[in-house]
Amino acid sequence: MELLLEVEGLKKSFGGVAALRDGRFQLRAGTVHALCGGNGAGKSTFLKILMGIFKRDAGAIRRRGKEVEFTSPADALASGIAIIEQELSPVPHMTVAENIYLGREPKARFGGIDFRAMNRSAQKLLDDLEFDIRATSYMMNLSVAQMQLVEIAKALSHDAEVIFMDEPTSAIGEREAQHLFDAIRRLQTQGRGIVYVSHRLSEIFQIADSYTVFRDGAYVGSGALADIDRPGLIRMIVGRELSEEYVKTNAPTPETGIEVVALSCPNKIEDISFSARKGEIFGIYGLMGAGRTEIFNCLFGLDKPSAGRVTVDGAEVTISKPADAMALGLALVTEDRKLTGLNLSDSVRANICMASLPEMSPAFAMDRAREARASRDMRDQFQIKAARDTMPVSGLSGGNQQKVVLGKWFLRSPKVLLLDEPTRGVDVGAKREIYRIISDFAAAGGTVVMISSEIDEVLGMSDRIMVMRAGRSAGIFSREETDAQSLVHLST
Amino acid sequence: MPNHSSTFQPEPGQGVRSMAEEPVMSVGDDKKAKGWLGSEQRRLLVQEYGIFLAFLILVAVLSVSNEFFLTAGNISNVLLQTSINGVLAIGMTFVILTRGIDLSVGSVVALAGIVSASFVTSSATAGISGAPYPVALGLGIGLLVGIACGAVSGLIVSRFSVPAFVTTLGMLSAARGLTLIYGGGRPVPALTPAFRWIGTGDVFGIPAPVIILAIVFAVSWWILNRTRFGRYIYAVGGNPHAARTSGINITRIQFVVYVISGGLAGFAGMLLSARTGSALPQAGIAYELDAIAAVVIGGTSLSGGVGRVTGTLIGALIIGVMNNGLDLMGIQSYYQQVLKGALIVGAVMLDQKRNYGA
Repeated sequence: MELLLEVEGLKKSFGGVAALRDGRFQLRAGTVHALCGGNGAGKSTFLKILMGIFKRDAGAIRRRGKEVEFTSPADALASGIAIIEQELSPVPHMTVAENIYLGREPKARFGGIDFRAMNRSAQKLLDDLEFDIRATSYMMNLSVAQMQLVEIAKALSHDAEVIFMDEPTSAIGEREAQHLFDAIRRLQTQGRGIVYVSHRLSEIFQIADSYTVFRDGAYVGSGALADIDRPGLIRMIVGRELSEEYVKTNAPTPETGIEVVALSCPNKIEDISFSARKGEIFGIYGLMGAGRTEIFNCLFGLDKPSAGRVTVDGAEVTISKPADAMALGLALVTEDRKLTGLNLSDSVRANICMASLPEMSPAFAMDRAREARASRDMRDQFQIKAARDTMPVSGLSGGNQQKVVLGKWFLRSPKVLLLDEPTRGVDVGAKREIYRIISDFAAAGGTVVMISSEIDEVLGMSDRIMVMRAGRSAGIFSREETDAQSLVHLST
Repeated sequence: MPNHSSTFQPEPGQGVRSMAEEPVMSVGDDKKAKGWLGSEQRRLLVQEYGIFLAFLILVAVLSVSNEFFLTAGNISNVLLQTSINGVLAIGMTFVILTRGIDLSVGSVVALAGIVSASFVTSSATAGISGAPYPVALGLGIGLLVGIACGAVSGLIVSRFSVPAFVTTLGMLSAARGLTLIYGGGRPVPALTPAFRWIGTGDVFGIPAPVIILAIVFAVSWWILNRTRFGRYIYAVGGNPHAARTSGINITRIQFVVYVISGGLAGFAGMLLSARTGSALPQAGIAYELDAIAAVVIGGTSLSGGVGRVTGTLIGALIIGVMNNGLDLMGIQSYYQQVLKGALIVGAVMLDQKRNYGA
């Protein structure tokens, strides 16, 4: 059978550093092929070469048996390769339809644009995918999840034969993900090839039928997913044995760590009540936009609740700004480390110390020895891999960046840890280390409240789970009495 | 925090940068990490000392081509000419590090200059009643005027989220207008010799303005590199959202940097009038452009969070030395402006190439 796409011995170096040493890949028509690998495995470089953004140093790319050379994304598109990028690039002040047909608008008379035809076909595209989005609404008024769906629709509108999807579900909810999977299956029956890149193994096993694993910039292996199990795939990705995917050693104590009663914030959350105990990992599950992050924003003083009481360590508290929350021993690991967690242009050390500056400068001037010590302690404790702690944090892998964010907060010895998607965009190996850190913290008597949209993670780590739906709580369940199906059911 | 979303878009260059730094993600393999470390050190070296190197080359070329350039008199002259722009540029560095800009410094120079002059003039008609007052009072008033202008801008930028460009553009116009109103459009002449000392005096042959610049630089360097407040400035400029989540009061930091810039502009205004002996209502026009140029040549990013006050000082010196060198070579000042423009853009082009290219 002819291969839609075949790649051999792809190489790419940046300033003497090999990002990709031996990229190999084969895509058959009518298949969904998972491209797996940890952060830094070379997947992104691989994709960027195929998109025509990077120029390869060596290797061959064959499209239906014919040698090709892409010098721009337009070349790749012309050859029938479309990509759904991980980083969204919407034009906010244009409509959904204008975004989808950007640069190839249907023409009307006198060189104008046929807006009616454009809106009609965009709406049809969205409807066919069962995405609940209006083609005439402005991009800036959409949620992140909806923007990602538009990005997906845009890639599919190219009618490409080969479609790359780089973490397409990282920002969308379970229901939208299922719509996407339906769309993928339809494309598959049409004989197209889909390359699916994701850190979420459950998705890979759900949608893909073959896999290729990269590690440290080189091809490790490939095969049919039917012939490999989850631990086997993890072993290939990580390159070593991982005993358990989740680490859970904590046991809840009877003492309450944080209690929230009837917390409300207009148009965001309504009547949220829960209490997390010391030693407990309390999970919050829900779709994007269900009001999960908004709970944390209210608790941490980033947003003002209109009603409700918060009790920390048995005492009722008022939190009107992050400094108040921090003084009470709360720590917030935000959802998007690049947007709200890290100062990317600054060093690892400065980022670790960012939330503890007053403590580290008793006499206004910084105690630099103490800063260096704190940074070293956190790097040791969390095994943050950085050549030096004075290098910019932007140079670290996603997992290590996330550990820097954790280090920043652990430096304050918090009592209550609020975690918002703590393992987003983190590879399997680093994920497990982060689970260990969370579990150790709870086992030592800390209180953890963790938001996650990964069902396995919520079920694997939490003692109890609150399900959020449309800004309200849909119930609190212990991990024994619930399962993936009922969580999804409750959240939609 | 909706009120900041409009002013604080993540810099568009970031996407490009993370792409260029992609291979870095593969730390873990020792060999790779080491290779990258080498290039990282090289990058830092160029970043930290590249501008200094450019400065040295400029000085070397001028010393060879003109025997008068390296004389004590000329060096002192260059430093003197740099001192006012240097003080303004250092204040500007604080503001630009937080992703802001202060376009009003030229007008604040004039306003502070004329208000303080009216307290220390021996002219019977131009001063306020009872003048001349002691130097300390004049200096204090001038500084206060500068701080007040900065405080107004800072308040509007930080509290009401009006873009810094617009706010300080307004202050540029308003402060110039106040200057004309205050002095009736006329200069304030005949400043007392005691006041004139800060612009014309010297200590062991070193001009007083140069000493003042050195002190301003040293204190600013200490604040930015060694204190909590300095870390706050870099954090707020680098990522205001992360800074806020980390418990930093970003409103206060934004406010204070404009106060610093305004205060230093007020001080520079007094230096200028003290040097020339009278305060002119049209003093300081377009000074903000030279100050911004010095900051930018010195490698500070206009998108905030990245930059050094040492670079700013060298940037101001480069502008001063270039003007002086071209003067010595007898090149018309019209050409000097063209060359300065090329220098500003060229410096940033090199910076871009260094950060994102190759």
